[in-house]
Amino acid sequence: MKPPAFGYLAPRSMEEALALLGDLGPDGKVLAGGQSLIPLLSMRLTAPHTLVDINRIPGLADVSITEDGAVVVGALVRHADLLADKPAFAALPLLRRATSNVAHPAIRNRGTTCGSIVHADPSGEMTAILALTGGSVQIATAGASPRDVAAADFFLGPLESSLGAGELAVSVRFGAPEARTGSAFLELARRRGDYAMCGAAVTVALDESQTVTEVKAAYLSVGPVPEVHDLTAAVAGRPYASADWSAAGDLAASLVEPEGDLHASADYRRRLVAVLTARALPLAATDAVDRSKVAA
Amino acid sequence: MSTEELFTVGLAVNGRTQPVTVPARRLLSDALRHDLELTGTHVGCEHGVCGACTVLLDGKPVRSCLMFAVQAEGHQVTTVEGLAAGDGRPHPVQQAFRDCHGLQCGFCTPGFLTTIAAALENYEPGASISDGEAREIVGGNLCRCTGYQNIVKAVGRAQEIRTQRAGPTPEHGAGQDGG
Repeated sequence: MKPPAFGYLAPRSMEEALALLGDLGPDGKVLAGGQSLIPLLSMRLTAPHTLVDINRIPGLADVSITEDGAVVVGALVRHADLLADKPAFAALPLLRRATSNVAHPAIRNRGTTCGSIVHADPSGEMTAILALTGGSVQIATAGASPRDVAAADFFLGPLESSLGAGELAVSVRFGAPEARTGSAFLELARRRGDYAMCGAAVTVALDESQTVTEVKAAYLSVGPVPEVHDLTAAVAGRPYASADWSAAGDLAASLVEPEGDLHASADYRRRLVAVLTARALPLAATDAVDRSKVAA
Repeated sequence: MSTEELFTVGLAVNGRTQPVTVPARRLLSDALRHDLELTGTHVGCEHGVCGACTVLLDGKPVRSCLMFAVQAEGHQVTTVEGLAAGDGRPHPVQQAFRDCHGLQCGFCTPGFLTTIAAALENYEPGASISDGEAREIVGGNLCRCTGYQNIVKAVGRAQEIRTQRAGPTPEHGAGQDGG
């Protein structure tokens, strides 16, 4: 359980990092929090030629809120920092609801939100939140202007993203919630902090008469990439207090195609999609009511 | 295989900075145990699951098996050897583990002690730690002996000891421990 030998570079600026990554091309691998990469190295599941450690680069550890209410999280923001960030919680409460389910405090103190997304694990909480909020990843390359890649185009498969050789993900942007929209996050794991057998991130939008207008959900550990499903049809036009949330859960279960593994069969995961959806949606609806009161 | 490049880094551990010369792949856990001979930090799973190797990095718990020694330069590392006071008086959490029989074989203990010691800092002396909060604090550490009940008790006991050592409770405003 020792990592294989690798070259190690610790650039002190973004320019230097991008130049090194550009020169290394496919031989380079970015090291940020290392909470996914270092286990992979120790288990010898990956053997990069050279690690480019970005931890000494200033200016990457900021959380900021854009004018339109999106939350931008720099590449070195640790999960624990995002969890504690009050402006980010105010702008997008779903972030804290999901981040508190990421592993354990010791892992959250070191692991980065951005790195978790780049790792593109379909059982990761933050990948689902990025997809659900219509977020994006900002990617920098030496000699070119940074580009934004939408979540829908970023995740290609399990542990596979569209981040190319020589590129650095400098930040992720979580999209702002619409007005009168509430959110909830629920997951079920065998042990606290372990990978979820299934998790559901949901949003519910209401109109001024508290009628359901839009319902969306993204799931963890259910497909090869975080998929966003529109569940509006099951409950649209109903007052939130009498909406049939289990119908939305059943609709969700009919839309997903989970695979089974050692921890949970495909059928069990599908059942969890229905149950977690039906439990999360009323919480999100209540949250929408609370948020519209605050806004009013 | 060609000779690996070596890096000399100053590791600040328990208030003392010492140089170590290591390859980049040397895990912080191995640098502590093999290079600095601080064998209080135990190595269990070596992939971040068990928590036995937990140390404090700038006061916050981290897995020392999920960091390279070269990354620790410029940071303050606290291991279980650094928890007791200079005069040898046990840290409150160490005393609490003794009082509550919070350990049996002792393999996982250093990780629990560092994790709980850091978590206690989030509470004012006098504030109580609920059973649920205690379970959340130790949720990332595995123990194969105790069944956890006495470890959970030790969290509360450690806070009691901290409170006693802090002396008579000053007049605190209520609601300081929220958020």
